Amino acid sequence: MRTETTTYQPTLDIEKVRKDFPILGRSINGRPLVYLDNAATSQKPWQVIKAIEHYYTGLNSNVHRGVHHLSQLATDAFEASRKTIAAFINAKNDYEVIYTRGTTEGINLVASSYGKQFVQSGDVIIISAMEHHSNIVPWQMLCEEKGALLKVIPINEKGELLIDSFKAMLGEKVKLVAVTYVSNSLGTINPVREIIELSHEQNIPVLLDAAQAIQHIAVDVQELDVDFLVFSGHKLYGPTGIGVLYGKEKWLNQMPPYQGGGEMIKTVSFEKTTFNELPFKFEAGTPNIEASICLGAAIDYVNEIGLNDIQQYEHELLQYATEKLAGIDGIQLIGTADNKASVVSFIIDKLHPYDVGLILDKLGIAVRTGHHCTQPLMDFFGIPGTIRASFAFYNTREEIDSLAEAVKKAISMLA
Amino acid sequence: MTINETQDELIEEFSLFGDWMEKYEHIIQMAKELPLIDEIHKKDENLIKGCQAKVWLHADFKEDKTLFSADSDAIITKGLVSMVVRILSNHSPAEIVAADLYFVDKIGLKEHLSMTRSNGLLSMIKQMKMYAIALQSKENLN
Repeated sequence: MRTETTTYQPTLDIEKVRKDFPILGRSINGRPLVYLDNAATSQKPWQVIKAIEHYYTGLNSNVHRGVHHLSQLATDAFEASRKTIAAFINAKNDYEVIYTRGTTEGINLVASSYGKQFVQSGDVIIISAMEHHSNIVPWQMLCEEKGALLKVIPINEKGELLIDSFKAMLGEKVKLVAVTYVSNSLGTINPVREIIELSHEQNIPVLLDAAQAIQHIAVDVQELDVDFLVFSGHKLYGPTGIGVLYGKEKWLNQMPPYQGGGEMIKTVSFEKTTFNELPFKFEAGTPNIEASICLGAAIDYVNEIGLNDIQQYEHELLQYATEKLAGIDGIQLIGTADNKASVVSFIIDKLHPYDVGLILDKLGIAVRTGHHCTQPLMDFFGIPGTIRASFAFYNTREEIDSLAEAVKKAISMLA
Repeated sequence: MTINETQDELIEEFSLFGDWMEKYEHIIQMAKELPLIDEIHKKDENLIKGCQAKVWLHADFKEDKTLFSADSDAIITKGLVSMVVRILSNHSPAEIVAADLYFVDKIGLKEHLSMTRSNGLLSMIKQMKMYAIALQSKENLN
């Protein structure tokens, strides 16, 4: 946890780190790129880019199928990456790590398979008011199908969950609590340990959407005792199209398969199909082999830099950006939780976020504007959207200075 | 003035500006020239889908000509709308449907035609053409 108040002594060599990310050297509209849209997707280091090249030039073959040498190599690399991922989140067993296309697919998988087995008419699923649409819509679809009820943990003006309200919602009808670890729009880090403990006291499993946490905070699924955890590779410096569903063995074994096809079967006849064991039961069809392997390369890279150093440095950037932006006339920060990841969302008096985003883009600064796929949250704050700057460990204080200058420029043009 | 003459006029106006900042300042200026939509038409069913900013669009049909009025909650979007309205308004539905809006590219605003979800200029042009078709068929029926 980042409770120390002592000044961080940087062990990260940012100049060196930046050289690992070739795209950071390019220019946009004649200006150096300032990439502050890391919560949407992160950039990729050479280590990942080269792993992609290595896969297609040296390994490409289908996995778990062939007797030939290349298929063995591809399968070995594919399964080695699963081990790397399992170690990264400290899963007890490698087979509790299921490859998915991303966070969204992971949530849909649990909503569908867990829902089929455990959710009935009159049951309750709990989410929170700060969820991404990906952690709202699959549950809404499930609830509609089953006649179940979706309940929403409210938040305060700072963008923090109201834990007392959450406690009051728990009960025997609740079949699952699905909440985000870190809010993509606000940066709030939720008290997930407390949420899991409270839920487990009543034997309710918890799914954590870790899409915005996995790149910032060291995650230990055993220590958290979380039942399901989902994240995407592309926000963790890996390729797009790959994600992870971690599930406790006891749940995954009780859940029916999500999709049918190759790989997930043991035997098939027209009368009866028997399903493969974990993790293959949930991995129908040829997977994204390249991205699965290269996610392992991304995790190796992150481990080499060190998540603790990353977290401390990003926290410095967050504090600096918060001070810088809060000092500009007319700016209102949206999301001021005490415990935050490196995301700053803001609006500017009388200005539409979209207009501001266009001007920032012209100045070479990439931010996200809009509702960030959290429309109910924007409704809570009574705004159409925000301007969101999200930082990674390759960002610098100078880039935050550029952001602040660009924001001032936008205000002078638009106001 | 024909649709293309108005487009050429706009292209000439924009050729005076050296950099993007002057262009955007001009677009912001043009937002003020947009024929504003009547409050009674500023309702959800007249919102253009696919914009990050809200855009309301209304069409009237007078003496074979289509007249557009609009509004937006974002100023740059409003400026862009203003340009398209200036070009297409006061023309026959047939002319509007056949119009090729090359001015966007020519004045260096091509990024506003990209297919990102934040951007509604394409949807807006499509909607204006649909209005023209609808108004024409309604007129033909009468």
